[in-house]
Amino acid sequence: MNSIFFGIPLLSVIGGVMIGLAAVGLYYSLGRIAGISGILFTSLGRNGGMWRWMFVGGLISGAGIMAQVIPEMNVVTRPNPGLIVLIVSGLIVGWGTRLGSGCTSGHGVCGMGRLSIRSLAAVGSFMAAGIIVATFVRHLLGIA
Amino acid sequence: MKYHQNIQPLAGLVAGFILGAGLLVSGMTDPGKVLGFLDIGSNWNPALMGVLGGAVMVSLLGFNFAKKMKHPWLDSQFYAPTKKEVDKPLVIGGLMFGIGWGLAGYCPGPALAGLALGNPEAPVFVGAMLLGGVLQNWWATRKQ
Repeated sequence: MNSIFFGIPLLSVIGGVMIGLAAVGLYYSLGRIAGISGILFTSLGRNGGMWRWMFVGGLISGAGIMAQVIPEMNVVTRPNPGLIVLIVSGLIVGWGTRLGSGCTSGHGVCGMGRLSIRSLAAVGSFMAAGIIVATFVRHLLGIA
Repeated sequence: MKYHQNIQPLAGLVAGFILGAGLLVSGMTDPGKVLGFLDIGSNWNPALMGVLGGAVMVSLLGFNFAKKMKHPWLDSQFYAPTKKEVDKPLVIGGLMFGIGWGLAGYCPGPALAGLALGNPEAPVFVGAMLLGGVLQNWWATRKQ
């Protein structure tokens, strides 16, 4: 409906720009890296900090309110993979992002923007693993 | 500084809100779109290139401008990570995260956002993800 080039929808780019602005805004205002896994896990600790709870609450409500504005974007276009896959993947995403000090937002958006070598290595690692696993699971095992 | 500390949570809320809204606008909250991007086998979906491209473009510019700032607006210092070396935990953590990401199509941000989107997979994944992070922390502190 809104393709600009090579099949990339305009909304994807707009959403990406919003994510980038949020990350830069958090750095300008609080001097913090907008890494979702890091903020989430630290918020659970003793020195969680009010801003982290508000960030997590803001993220959840921001998505919820935007879903009322453009409900057509609130979709899940793949079959439910089932409880076991959800739990196993959740566990390794939690363990991996904590061990690797970050996820798509902290390493992918902020780290790449800061030209961090560590983040570049992390992005290479999780993109490579994600591509191999998604391609393998969907084609060789034929699930999801 | 006292005044700053009182409005720090507001900055966290605003950044989180824009990020959450951006996740929905960009389509990242749909694991089908994420897996369509990671799965390079057939019908490759380039939408996430637009998300990452848009976000990293803003982040590159924004973090570059930040070099001219002495301190953030609401704090006395920046808290960017200073570690430089690519070590084993970073790469192993990244690979683990990528495996989980490629299995179910969720990274931490979109999974959290899913809690407000009526997505029945989200609470299961988020619960497992929190447990995974807690277990990793327990394992890491237990070894010493």
